[in-house]
Amino acid sequence: MSTAGHGAAVRIEACGKTFADGTRALDPATLDIARGETLVLLGPSGCGKTTMLRIIAGLELPDAGGKVLFDGKDMTSVPIERRNVGMVFQSYALFPNMTVADNIAYGLKIRGVARDEQAARVAELVALTNIIGLENRRIDQLSGGQRQRVALARAVAIRPGILLLDEPLTALDAALRDRLRSELNRLLRALGITTIYVTHDQAEAMELGDRIVVMRKGAIAQIGAPREVYFAPKDRFVAEFIGAANIVEAPIENGMLILPGGRLPIEGAATTANVTVMIRPETIRVTNAGTEALSGVVDSISFIGDRQRIVVSGASSKPLNVDAPNTIQAKVGDRVGLSIAADALRLLPSEP
Amino acid sequence: MSQKSFVWLCLLPLAVVTTAFFLLPMARLVVAGAEGPHGLAGYLAILTEGRYRATLFNTVLLAAATTVVTLIVATIAGMFLQRHRFPGRTVLIAMLTFPLAFPGVVVGFMIILLAGRQGLIGDLSNRIFGEKFVFAYSIYGLFLGYLYFSIPRVILTIMAAVQKLDVGLEEAARSLGASPWAVQRDVVLPALAPAFVASGAIAFATAMGAFGTAFTLATNIDVLPMLIYTEFTLAANFATSAALSVGLGLITWLILALARTFSGSAVAAAG
Repeated sequence: MSTAGHGAAVRIEACGKTFADGTRALDPATLDIARGETLVLLGPSGCGKTTMLRIIAGLELPDAGGKVLFDGKDMTSVPIERRNVGMVFQSYALFPNMTVADNIAYGLKIRGVARDEQAARVAELVALTNIIGLENRRIDQLSGGQRQRVALARAVAIRPGILLLDEPLTALDAALRDRLRSELNRLLRALGITTIYVTHDQAEAMELGDRIVVMRKGAIAQIGAPREVYFAPKDRFVAEFIGAANIVEAPIENGMLILPGGRLPIEGAATTANVTVMIRPETIRVTNAGTEALSGVVDSISFIGDRQRIVVSGASSKPLNVDAPNTIQAKVGDRVGLSIAADALRLLPSEP
Repeated sequence: MSQKSFVWLCLLPLAVVTTAFFLLPMARLVVAGAEGPHGLAGYLAILTEGRYRATLFNTVLLAAATTVVTLIVATIAGMFLQRHRFPGRTVLIAMLTFPLAFPGVVVGFMIILLAGRQGLIGDLSNRIFGEKFVFAYSIYGLFLGYLYFSIPRVILTIMAAVQKLDVGLEEAARSLGASPWAVQRDVVLPALAPAFVASGAIAFATAMGAFGTAFTLATNIDVLPMLIYTEFTLAANFATSAALSVGLGLITWLILALARTFSGSAVAAAG
């Protein structure tokens, strides 16, 4: 791949954004993105992730004092057309008056690349994105998945220093989204361009991101590798936003978490009046009643196929969600034991 | 009563009105056109007779110029008005669309006030150059008047089309390196093409057939509606005026059909 291994390192420095009507979309944030890294901006709608992407793209100007640097060069006042960024929009924004090939070649045409070179590049990209044979189609003759591929091919055709993707899979149905996600992952690894990917879907973030920036209400909540963010969330918001989480509030006595349904050994805390603890549903094991220190009563069971979600009440102050193997035989009303490893209990800072 | 006969019953008033006030007079007009001394050949006079042909040519030229200039002015203004918010914007839009309510006579009157013998432009030029510029009573005054009442019709259509434009398209083009001019040329104008055809057709057809303004400005302006009027009322030449009327309608329709066909591929692609 001729496009492999290029890309710029990005640094944004104290970039905030306040809109003309006074709305604060983004608190001043500083962030470093390494050359070739895929960074995911993850958060619910209105968290400022798209605003941050648009500041990096050059479509929004940060508030005074904010700076955007590509490879150490200040790009803050450089307009998007001279930043050499490839961008994929949620709506794909393909040009309806051009064919697939013309769309892909547009950036090259603007740059004055010779016609045969344009054609060669288009051929290379339709092969890479699996859309061979569609070159002469009009955009309204394409399916959603094909449009997404054309948008991506068009964005990388110009050999951008940075690839920016704004929820590129959101407009697709679930099955297609899953397939394109792994395809996109393979492609991003092959291209090796610095990539910034905006999404509200945590599964996408986990699969694609080298690092994930979890955002909330215009501020960065946590930055970390997918595993780090999943297993060691910094606060309750991150814990609940990424994956499913049981949040339990209880006191600790002599290294034991005191719950209504029993006691659990916990690491990293002596006697404390009240702590907030996160327990992932898949870290709880269901056993026979009486064999474990913690027990409760089965409230409901939902069979999902590859596993079952059992809700157990009485064990903690709120019912616990448990992801159990699909082979476990349990009925609503059964008293069951729950086994949870000490390192699966994650202390969170208590919030006011 | 069945569903179908109910629908037919609802359509009955339309059928009656269309027959009484459109189809029958049209048929009579077509027949009258052929009742002159030359019979059916009267219809060809619009093309064969030098004076008529020159008038037809003038009218088409005037309507085409009105359409093109209106589209240029209205596109720039419409895009600006739709994309920017500033104090007084709604008042400005109201003022720009105000001429919609004016009959052609009033438009003509305003042109005379502006560029007539006692007009503003004449006054000013008299003071500055010592000479009165008066062009209200010519085809240039008519052009100005048509421009004045075509712009509101076109600007509203363009504004609606601009509102529906996906801003993402422009951002995508910019991200690929397109300059503001290239964005307009490659993305915005093609996307607005359907609106250009639709509103341009209205501007063209109106300019072909408008009469009030021309009549207010002068009776010797060389446009088809004026020619029909003089043939009809002054020369009492019913057959010729009927033939010219049918010709005016047919030629306008033909030019619009051609324009639609030529822009058809562009419109379909931008669809």
